[in-house]
Amino acid sequence: MQLSNRTKKIEPKPLNFWERMYLPVIFQGLNITIKHLFKKKATIRYPEVKRELSPVFRGLHILKRDAQGRERCTACGLCALACPAEAISMLSAERTKEEKHLYREEKYAAVYEVNMLRCIFCGLCEEACPKAAIYLQKDKFAPAFFGREEVIYGKDRLVESVTNRAKVGLDQ
Amino acid sequence: MELTSLIVRGLVIFTVFAVTLLIATYSTLAERKIAGFLQDRLGPDRAGPFGILQPLADAVKLFFKEEFIPSHANKWLFIVGPSLAMLTALMSSAVIPFGNEFSIDGQLIPVQGITVNIGLLYIFGVVSLGVYGLMIGGWASNNKFSLLGAIRAASQNISYELAMGMSIIAVLMLAGSLDLRQIVIDQQDNVWNVVRQPLGCVIFITCAFAECNRTPFDLPECEQELVGGYHTEYGSMKLGLYLFSEYINMFVSSAVIATLYFGGYDVPYLSTLGLDKNIETIIGIVALFGKIFFFIFFFMWVRWTLPRFRYDQLMNLGWKSLIPLAILNLILTGGGILAWEHFTK
Repeated sequence: MQLSNRTKKIEPKPLNFWERMYLPVIFQGLNITIKHLFKKKATIRYPEVKRELSPVFRGLHILKRDAQGRERCTACGLCALACPAEAISMLSAERTKEEKHLYREEKYAAVYEVNMLRCIFCGLCEEACPKAAIYLQKDKFAPAFFGREEVIYGKDRLVESVTNRAKVGLDQ
Repeated sequence: MELTSLIVRGLVIFTVFAVTLLIATYSTLAERKIAGFLQDRLGPDRAGPFGILQPLADAVKLFFKEEFIPSHANKWLFIVGPSLAMLTALMSSAVIPFGNEFSIDGQLIPVQGITVNIGLLYIFGVVSLGVYGLMIGGWASNNKFSLLGAIRAASQNISYELAMGMSIIAVLMLAGSLDLRQIVIDQQDNVWNVVRQPLGCVIFITCAFAECNRTPFDLPECEQELVGGYHTEYGSMKLGLYLFSEYINMFVSSAVIATLYFGGYDVPYLSTLGLDKNIETIIGIVALFGKIFFFIFFFMWVRWTLPRFRYDQLMNLGWKSLIPLAILNLILTGGGILAWEHFTK
């Protein structure tokens, strides 16, 4: 008893003489594979050649400076709050008179650390930042690490250099 | 005089041995490169330019791995297995004529490890010994998967050896000799055996695939069903020897296919050019190696084209197709020879 009576019974067709010889189909297959020998290869030879990434790719973090070369970050802690992986931690400090050319606001981040093993590169810190200070770069990856002490990125590795400004976000 | 000829003989044997090992070494790289290219990849290219040093890196890695023997395995047989596989693989290239003779100072030096008049029989015997390495290794591992792999290897070799033997007998009938050099000379005088024996050639190549345990007949290893087959329990250089012996077998099989069916070191119409004999010999050696490389490539090409046979299909093909076809080929060859003699004399 069938539910719909629409079931079809399929009998495997017996192979004919040429199919039982296997050889014609084998040569067909060989012909297909030999064509692939001369095809253009899909491989990108990574360290030498790098793949073009999308403009919204979220890679390694960077702490931006403003047009005068002052650090934008004001250590408000919104990025740390927004971070779902709790990878960001910071210590704030007050700017003195002599440091006016270094920091844009009166308060700045004395310590700013991102734990690269915790970070999931979601970009929520970038969205949360009211000062447009932290960005995920599209052209740099977080590297592989050999030791735990290398994993936490401090300001020495996060802040953008004054001479070699990075292009980030959609302003490129 | 006696000593010089001995030294020359030793040199020839040493060269054949070294060339066999060298080609087998680079077959491992070629296999991975060709696999890559056929799948639109590049294959290994990190060690040296184009990955030239990859085989060395592989060997170093295998040598430095832990030499591990499972506690439940039979220790001695476990070691004997891969050694035997390697030994038998290396023995068979001794009798293959890699070229005609060099004549230096009026002395004729054949480019062949040992000149015997039963070369074909020798190869056949050594090749069938090759399965002992697999059998012993798989059995000594004391592991169900290994044992299954070993049993498969044994039954597969037995099934395909019959068809292989019978396809060789047809070649024997044409040449009238078991000497491989004589078979090549016979092909030089007439035409290549692939023209006179197309069916036998197809049967022999198929059986050679099965004897080398290459895809589509790689059931003894068969990762998907048997973990690693007979070498499941093997690691380090013992595994390396098993894999390496497979490549040597492939080289020897290619050489035998080229010798038996594709004229060996023969280049058609070369003798009509009237070149120096030594130069002719060198061209012959190059030609033979060209043929061998083509067949090694063919082995790899087929590997990355065809899926593996099911076990019952393997047995059906061996016993129900290849053996009857080989017998038919034998009868046809016999009839053909009789008819040829009747009508031409």
